[in-house]
Amino acid sequence: MSELAFSPEAQRQFEEILSRYPEKRAAMLPTLYLAEKEFGHISPEVEVYVGKLLEVHPVKVREVLTFYTLFASKPRGKFHFQICRGIACDLRGCTKVIEHLSDKLNLKSEETSADLRYTFTEVECLGACETAPMMQVNEDYHGYLTPDKIDKMVKNLK
Amino acid sequence: MAEKIISPFFKIKDSHTIDVYEQHGGYEVIQDVLRTKTPQDVVDAVLKSNLRGLGGAGFPAGRKWSFIPKDSPKPKYLVVNADESEPGTFKDRYIMDNYTHGLFEGIMLAAYAIGCHKAFIYIRGEYIRQAENLVDQRDAARARGYLGKGIFGTDYDLDIVVHRGAGAYICGEETALLESLEGKKGWPRMKPPFPAIEGAFKCPTIVNNVETLAYVPSIMKKGPEWFANLGSERNGGLRLYSVSGLVKNPGVYELPLGTPLRDIIYEHAGGLLDGRKLKAVIPGGSSSPILTPDEIDVKMDYDSLAAIGSMLGSAGIIVMDDTVDIVRSLYVVTRFYHHESCGQCTPCREGTGWAEKILKRILDGEGVAQDITTLESIGNHIIGNTICPLGDAASMPLQSYLKKFRHEFEARVASKNGTGQVVEKTVADWN
Repeated sequence: MSELAFSPEAQRQFEEILSRYPEKRAAMLPTLYLAEKEFGHISPEVEVYVGKLLEVHPVKVREVLTFYTLFASKPRGKFHFQICRGIACDLRGCTKVIEHLSDKLNLKSEETSADLRYTFTEVECLGACETAPMMQVNEDYHGYLTPDKIDKMVKNLK
Repeated sequence: MAEKIISPFFKIKDSHTIDVYEQHGGYEVIQDVLRTKTPQDVVDAVLKSNLRGLGGAGFPAGRKWSFIPKDSPKPKYLVVNADESEPGTFKDRYIMDNYTHGLFEGIMLAAYAIGCHKAFIYIRGEYIRQAENLVDQRDAARARGYLGKGIFGTDYDLDIVVHRGAGAYICGEETALLESLEGKKGWPRMKPPFPAIEGAFKCPTIVNNVETLAYVPSIMKKGPEWFANLGSERNGGLRLYSVSGLVKNPGVYELPLGTPLRDIIYEHAGGLLDGRKLKAVIPGGSSSPILTPDEIDVKMDYDSLAAIGSMLGSAGIIVMDDTVDIVRSLYVVTRFYHHESCGQCTPCREGTGWAEKILKRILDGEGVAQDITTLESIGNHIIGNTICPLGDAASMPLQSYLKKFRHEFEARVASKNGTGQVVEKTVADWN
């Protein structure tokens, strides 16, 4: 296996990230985001690579990776459904839509479909309680969910 | 017509752009302040305005700024807390989406007041679209010379870095946020030293919430007395109340500090759904002690809510009607705090997990009579015994739900699976 390395474009972005902070290590979160985009997910090899880039022991990278919920340490689907189970969504009946989506995708929380099309995660409050029940699909928020709306959304995903 | 400051921008097209912001008087006051006022003038004005920290703690903003040591040779940092994660709170998202440059102008004024040349906006990782907008608008402001070297043609330098979190509620706690900004896991720090003395990168640092900063331009523009008089005693100005749960019109409402909770629910948020009766209200994000219907005449300010044993917190109002299962609500809230406990302090790490499990078994009809006192005991052992307020945040719902809705918990542990047959279980049944 060849040595992991950023593409020239990612390397340029990494250097821009470094320039934002007075200390190298502070670039950890943005570098992990960049590495995830570049390599698909953050494997143990990527952890070592990021550790080298930031001049910290790989265990410090692992510690960060496992502390936060948003980084992918294994491959995720093309569409990541993060559906909210927080108190405001719960009051607005999220249990029903969570079950519906889970059944539709045939996935339990934190599972990814074998064809790497979908990942399904039940998450805590996403800060859009006025649109409850709601979820995030990749970058975007979708609110006022109903089983019908979910069916249409899944059908229209490209 | 009641005064509004930020929320009119929610309805203006393209209000997140520089041009629209400037059409409505934006970036006038910062230019005036940079040319005619000293940093101390800004601190004094904010002190006089009674602006409180609107993230949740309610600490007077001007006083916080005055803690920055004036003789320190180190750089000073302003860190904007945009890690909006307290369940039931979504106002900062509206500000970042619609009042982007108002936030930037507030950052400029605060930075000038404390002598800072680099500000970091720490935004929760899930707010991807908001982070993109902040970066785009920051770049637009740079292009016009409003950020960077010598802003607005003065000799004052300031830049803004947008820093995305990665999914951790704890990073809304200011010292956890600083750890996270430094590239570490978000474990809160012991205080002292307070961030004003030793914060980001061991330098004097002020951490302010998005909403707090967004109100600063209006204070400098119209005067601290004007702002103070909009609110109630020692609680200056307006704020954005996030209303969610079972009301007709959930949303963000900008109203004076001290507005009665009843008015917010019934006049502004449209009241309850048809045919429902009020059962309970969480006044300030899910960590704040729950209120019963006879308590909703309370004025929504820091001091009035503290006086009745609750808190204004983030002003995330969550409304529950008579269809709500209070046992389930406490379970959902406790599950959240268990999930988000960072694991540093034993009482919180273990206690929140035990509480979640016990509540689950009560919900499943497997509760035993002693569970209620066990839950109370867990809450009492967490509160005050942890480094950061997450432990308190988990305990306050436990204590208040069990106190105010005790009968509902008692009814659940006394009957199994809702068969109507009363089965009093004891701990011995589990052994």
